[in-house]
Amino acid sequence: MPQQILDSQLHIRSIDSYIDPATPRERAIITHGHADHARSGHGSVLATPDTIAIMKARYGEDCAGKFQPLDFGEALAIDDVTITFYPAGHILGSAQVLIEQAGQRVVVTGDYKRLPDRTSQEFELVKCDLLVTEATFGLPVFQHPPAERETARLLASVAGNPERAHLIGAYSLGKAQRVIGLLRDAGHDAPIYLHGAMIRLCELYQERGIALGDLGHATEASKADLAGQVVIAPPSALKDRWSRRLPDPVLAMASGWMSVKQRARQRGVELPLVISDHCDWNELLQTIAETEAETVWVTHGREDALVYYCRQQGLAAEPLNIQGFEDEGGEDAA
Amino acid sequence: MKRFAQLLELLALTPSRNRKLEALVDYFRATPDPDRGLALAVLTGALTFKNVKPALLKETVLREVDPHLFALSYDYVGDLGETIALIWPHHAKSHELPSLAELIELFNTTSKKDLPDLIASLLTSAEINERWALVKLATGGLRIGLSARLTKTALAQMGGKDVQAVEEVWHGISSPYQELFDWLEDKAEAPQVDPASRFHPLMLSNPVDEAKDLETLDPADFAAEWKWDGIRVQLVMGADGVSLFSRTGDDIGGAFPDIVESVFGRAVLDGELLVGEGFDPAPFNDLQQRLNRKTPTGPMLVKHPAFIRAYDMLFDGDEDIRALPWTERRKMLEAWFARNPQQRIDLSQIVPFADWQELAGIRKRGADENGHEGVMLKRRQSVYVPGRPKGEWYKWKRDPNIVDAVLMYAQRGHGKRSSYYSDYTFGAWLDGELVPIGKAYFGFTDEELRQLDKWIRGNTTGSFGPVREVRKQLVFEVAFDSAQKSGRHKSGVALRFPRISRIRWDKPADEAAQLDEVLALIPAT
Ligand SMILES: [Zn+2]
Ligand SMILES: [Zn+2]
Repeated sequence: MPQQILDSQLHIRSIDSYIDPATPRERAIITHGHADHARSGHGSVLATPDTIAIMKARYGEDCAGKFQPLDFGEALAIDDVTITFYPAGHILGSAQVLIEQAGQRVVVTGDYKRLPDRTSQEFELVKCDLLVTEATFGLPVFQHPPAERETARLLASVAGNPERAHLIGAYSLGKAQRVIGLLRDAGHDAPIYLHGAMIRLCELYQERGIALGDLGHATEASKADLAGQVVIAPPSALKDRWSRRLPDPVLAMASGWMSVKQRARQRGVELPLVISDHCDWNELLQTIAETEAETVWVTHGREDALVYYCRQQGLAAEPLNIQGFEDEGGEDAA
Repeated sequence: MKRFAQLLELLALTPSRNRKLEALVDYFRATPDPDRGLALAVLTGALTFKNVKPALLKETVLREVDPHLFALSYDYVGDLGETIALIWPHHAKSHELPSLAELIELFNTTSKKDLPDLIASLLTSAEINERWALVKLATGGLRIGLSARLTKTALAQMGGKDVQAVEEVWHGISSPYQELFDWLEDKAEAPQVDPASRFHPLMLSNPVDEAKDLETLDPADFAAEWKWDGIRVQLVMGADGVSLFSRTGDDIGGAFPDIVESVFGRAVLDGELLVGEGFDPAPFNDLQQRLNRKTPTGPMLVKHPAFIRAYDMLFDGDEDIRALPWTERRKMLEAWFARNPQQRIDLSQIVPFADWQELAGIRKRGADENGHEGVMLKRRQSVYVPGRPKGEWYKWKRDPNIVDAVLMYAQRGHGKRSSYYSDYTFGAWLDGELVPIGKAYFGFTDEELRQLDKWIRGNTTGSFGPVREVRKQLVFEVAFDSAQKSGRHKSGVALRFPRISRIRWDKPADEAAQLDEVLALIPAT
């Protein structure tokens, strides 16, 4: 039984290791660098080299007792358990964790998405017996459009408002870099101006081989320079004093939640961009089917609907209520 | 349809009034007839379809989507139209939708039996944003935060006219507004409507700022009346018959045949619609029962007879008297009334007072003894102008009553508040049990709303549909205008205009109000 390998707190019993634990643990396996998954203070951390670099950049070099890097696709045997990371496609370095023991396969997806994203390693499907999937967008109302459509809308708005800046609220880790990458791919090669909070992480992406083009500091540019330009800031800065330095900004936000217009209005977002780093409903269903898992545990979001759906398909499904799992930055990050 | 969908989205998402205005003007300029007139009808809520209703759309969607998943989604999104637009599972590769005029024609002419298939094929053909606009169009409830006033301002701006001039013709014209656009584009004269037979926009009052206004206003310049607890209406008795309009210009005459059929004479009156025997106003709840029905039942007409308490006159016969001062209009109203004594109209009496202090005392006694909502102050020299001119009319509401009540149930809000539990039912204690005494929205900051939402999620003891039952631990300070006796509520009391004025995180629930204390606030009549 795969349930004997892993418990509902994502604790791998026989090697006493926790996946993305919310409190400091002796042994932790970290799927990716978002704060609701990667916390400081663990004894030892097993993660991908990118994730380790991100953790050190955010929390300091000694945020864990020791780090053990593991590349994608490399099997690590510990006692009778084998751990392998597969790309989750969520952000740079994000991994799904495959745990094999006594012929049983368990996959913990962490956060993942299946739409192409050149700032992250591409998602790989892993067949398994027990799938622990996230459900950030686990409702059938979430059907994300292709990100290119959203980029095209953004660029059309930029072209149509040459006297205004476009201020995009995007989470500093992952989303910001993805938006920059999308703009570059769409042929936008003007400098993109950044809020101070995201400069370090963009540099880290660039250091690790992700080209992001010409980036500027928004605080160092004059108001006139920013007219007709794209500025990226954390969502919290959208309504902040900070944004007053910009010329009559069009407030945009890049998030999967932005498909719900009521949500966009609540946030005062004029240009909602449905750009998500999580699967939408259809991708969740596709993944569940393709992994051929017979048991599905659902965590991290809207568990009800996905559990209901799985049970209708004849799968054994349970919601996991893991304390402390809430998307980093709440809805902003997704 | 594409342009209309873009307009709707822009109107829904742009906070800037000027940009909304600009978008509307551009749309009306660039769109041919009859599409723009139909769009105007949609925007102002003047267009309804006989067979295309929210229920039909929902039914169409439920042919394709699991009902439980739909319910969970609706609970999350909070807006039926938006849920339908987002959840529709079939998407065509190319997006060809009919024009607005063709669509409306289709909605009106397709048989009831064929409508679900039509709707399904339209939803599939639409691009995501058009799908949203399509559902909004079909269900009628736009909820995009666009006021009728702003739409009329855009029309005026488009034609280089005064918005007042647009208001004046508005209630005599209808979809698709060809004659309106012809006039705005100077291709024709202003649409002709008999001025004494149609709705005229109302003059509204401002609240008294006790700290400032009472110092500067001279009591001798003002007349006072009670503020009645009914709804504001305009009774138009013109050459073409009698119409009864709500304050927004909706014709509600069908719901009040007892008034429309009994009044006589020629005039346009401004007054309060009330129910009660012998001109004795009953609590608002009784009126509400009449307002809930498009046409009243026989027993209802007997149990809750309606009447109008008139306080102003806009037209005396055919003569427009709005430019005369209030004192003159009042004299003419009294004279008209003496000439035309009515079964279903009486006059709102003037309340004499010498200074503000005396009026404050009258106001308090009126509230305590008769449950009056407050007093109205009208500048004796005020002419009747639409809108809310400064310094002319004031409402001086009674001080609110306050009660500390305990949160019992929370429900997700709709529209802007849809992601939070923002509708609250609260109760007072009776023999150690809580009895619900009212329901209100929260009127505070997003931050407080979030805190409260978090508390609710952490203290849920049960949930049914969108409603959560919570631990009986959190105290709200609830302000309300008055308490009224109610046979329909288990508590025996109904609160008028309850609003949550503070969250008392500090107050233990067992120190909240006893039901007795709330009942004691009902004025003895
Ligand atoms: Zn994440
Ligand atoms: Zn996460």
